[in-house]
Amino acid sequence: MESLSVRHLLGIKGLTSHDVKLILNTAQQFKDVINRPIKKVPSLRDVTVANMFFENSTRTRLSFELAEKRLSADVINFSSSGSSVSKGETLVDTVNNILAMKVDMIVMRHPNPGAPVFLARELQKYPKSAHAQIINAGDGTHEHPTQALLDAFSIRENLGDLIGKKVAIIGDIMHSRVALSNIYCLKLLGAEVMVCGPTTLIPKYIGSLGVKIEHNLMKALEWCDVANMLRIQLERQQLKYFPSLREYALYFGLNRKKLELLNKKILIMHPGPINRGVEITSDVADSGHSIILDQVENGVAVRMAILYLLAGKTAS
Amino acid sequence: MENKVLLDSKHVHITIDRLCYQLIENHHHFDHSVIIGVQPRGIYLSSRIHKRLQEIIGKTDIKHGLLDITFYRDDFRRRDEPLVPSATHIDFVIEDKNVILIDDVLYTGRTIRAALDAILAFGRPRNVELLILIDRKFSRQLPIQADYVGASVDALTSQRVKVNWQETDGKDEVILYTPIKAL
Repeated sequence: MESLSVRHLLGIKGLTSHDVKLILNTAQQFKDVINRPIKKVPSLRDVTVANMFFENSTRTRLSFELAEKRLSADVINFSSSGSSVSKGETLVDTVNNILAMKVDMIVMRHPNPGAPVFLARELQKYPKSAHAQIINAGDGTHEHPTQALLDAFSIRENLGDLIGKKVAIIGDIMHSRVALSNIYCLKLLGAEVMVCGPTTLIPKYIGSLGVKIEHNLMKALEWCDVANMLRIQLERQQLKYFPSLREYALYFGLNRKKLELLNKKILIMHPGPINRGVEITSDVADSGHSIILDQVENGVAVRMAILYLLAGKTAS
Repeated sequence: MENKVLLDSKHVHITIDRLCYQLIENHHHFDHSVIIGVQPRGIYLSSRIHKRLQEIIGKTDIKHGLLDITFYRDDFRRRDEPLVPSATHIDFVIEDKNVILIDDVLYTGRTIRAALDAILAFGRPRNVELLILIDRKFSRQLPIQADYVGASVDALTSQRVKVNWQETDGKDEVILYTPIKAL
């Protein structure tokens, strides 16, 4: 019998390599399920999930909702705009009220780093809410564990085992939760990781996570098997980190010309949303090198696996 | 732990042969019939039956699939840990086909209930039959019976029936034993 070592999915940091492999292997079976004529299984029919989004999202929110529905869970959706959060209700109060309606799992996206960890700790103080399981759907600039898992799944699907594979994460590393979760996840699976971007967007101590650092895009591309292009998160940048988007695109944007200079084929990934013409041009994003839409398809299967494995842990 | 051998290697082979002939009586050339083994333990029996049927009939295109039922079980969240799923391989259409479900032991009937649910996700078969090697009588929790039975056994609830296969256990045999409870 195998199961996850955690009750919540707060980040990749708390997982073991066994956990990650269990999630990816289970996701493989769910990918099979969602390609059947009837894409639905009854596993979570007695589970209610609340999707709580305190920050905008397209892919993650829809992907979680589909994953929950394809597992037959009951789903409620909450978005902070239009809710009593604007009247001053606290996070813990909001969640406790939702849990009082007999909700079992919370999928939460929040602009503040550490919000899911805080929530998991606080809920233990309320006996009626202590049963709830929390899945982090992105917390500020901290972690986005489901994105990292679906990225790992997509790489494995295309290149096989990740041991020794070279993955370059390129762009706004400083403000990216995808970068941090990807680094943790890829390292657990035995891949080599490099981060690449302007010096202003690479955090000072990122090297302590055991990743290579590069500021020249062509060198990073020549090194890697996989290039994960990140979006410039203008909404999180309070300072000017580079002179202009045009200059960024010139030095760190991926275009067909740069790809053709390489004498090998590399996989191109992007967690979305894409700023076409900034970090990646349309002809690259839509080319055969790109597995961007595979990532989205795999996202549903990976989230089904996480929901299934976590829900299965609460035996009565 | 005392093992009682219910079927030895020779008997397993004889029984599989008989089951194959019974199937041929009802399904003739298998033009509209498909064989589906239930994961994880039913696939060894279904592979044997599939192989033997093709030898007897002299065909090489009898359809054989593997069905995982993990996501359809009725004990999810009622056991300590979730079960890890196995692979499903059904690369043919089952719509309007005669489906022969195959598992090694029929006990409470709950696995087969889940398998019936699972098979419907692939389409609407014309009919579904059940073939099993060992029927544990008087222990059903659901109204499910097999159409083809290798052997029947009366066993206490505390006892276990285990089907061993050459491929995984080094020897074809069916044993009855009482597991030793951890003190």
